[in-house]
Amino acid sequence: MKIVKIPETDDTPGVMLDKDKDILFITGRSLPEDVNAFFSPILEWLDEYSKEPLEKTNFDFKFFYFNTASSKAILDILLKLENMYQNGYDIMVRWHYPDDDEDMKEAGEEYADIVDIPFQHISYKME
Amino acid sequence: MKNNTTNLGFLEFIYDFYKTMKCDEICLVYEGEITHQVIKAFTSIIESNMNKADEPNPVQRKVFHVMVECLQNISKHAESVHISDKVVEGKGIYLVNKDNDSYHVLSGNIISNNKIPNLKDFITNINNRDREELKEMYKKQIKEGRLSDKGGAGLGFIDIVRKTGKALESHFFPIDKNFSFFVLIVTIPRNL
Repeated sequence: MKIVKIPETDDTPGVMLDKDKDILFITGRSLPEDVNAFFSPILEWLDEYSKEPLEKTNFDFKFFYFNTASSKAILDILLKLENMYQNGYDIMVRWHYPDDDEDMKEAGEEYADIVDIPFQHISYKME
Repeated sequence: MKNNTTNLGFLEFIYDFYKTMKCDEICLVYEGEITHQVIKAFTSIIESNMNKADEPNPVQRKVFHVMVECLQNISKHAESVHISDKVVEGKGIYLVNKDNDSYHVLSGNIISNNKIPNLKDFITNINNRDREELKEMYKKQIKEGRLSDKGGAGLGFIDIVRKTGKALESHFFPIDKNFSFFVLIVTIPRNL
């Protein structure tokens, strides 16, 4: 399966979607000029992946900022994962947040409320 | 006010208004079109300002957040209008200042008068909600995904009030029978 690799910039997160290496990862800041254009390759990849996913799928979210326009796109990713989970696949969302960032922690808890998928909430220290 | 209705000197207009506010240090003032490049430039200026001032991380993050949402509001919702034979593109004014207790982000843009009642109701509604109610509103809005047909940035405003814990301050200054100037002031406390 093809790999999606998008380098991180000031206003768009870094993305790595690599089935062979078992890495599904998005990290950084998200305030793209065109939210739909940025997130559509990720959503398309997930559609493809969901046809034949790994035995266990871990998806890591490690944002330190996203705007409200991106928050909807993040939910779209989670809904695709939820769909796979409902089809009986083993899915785990790992939500990483800076240990001094209550808002990012809460954002993860809210997503965990909205979608029905197992969530791990993991704090990390910002350098 | 009268002169401004013909030549739209937004900056003077907003400065007059601003002088009535408590003001210690202006970090940024801008009048013009808000593009994505402008948003990037402003956030990076204020970020480096706050870094120099050793502003705590949570404050920096909240100011950043409010700035982006307010700037994107202008870029998405400012009206282009014809006034006195001139086309005035969808531009806005933008100002960031700080005093001992808070940062203030002031943004302004032209709005159609027919959108004002809904916007006023929406702002009043958000301002009267407690934390838990705002959280539920946010979750409902993000699920239903009705962002564009809302006539405003539903999610953005809710999010700003949740993150700052402060009510939104809004003003509407009439321009003519079709348009007004909408000013939004957001306060971000510095001692979170």
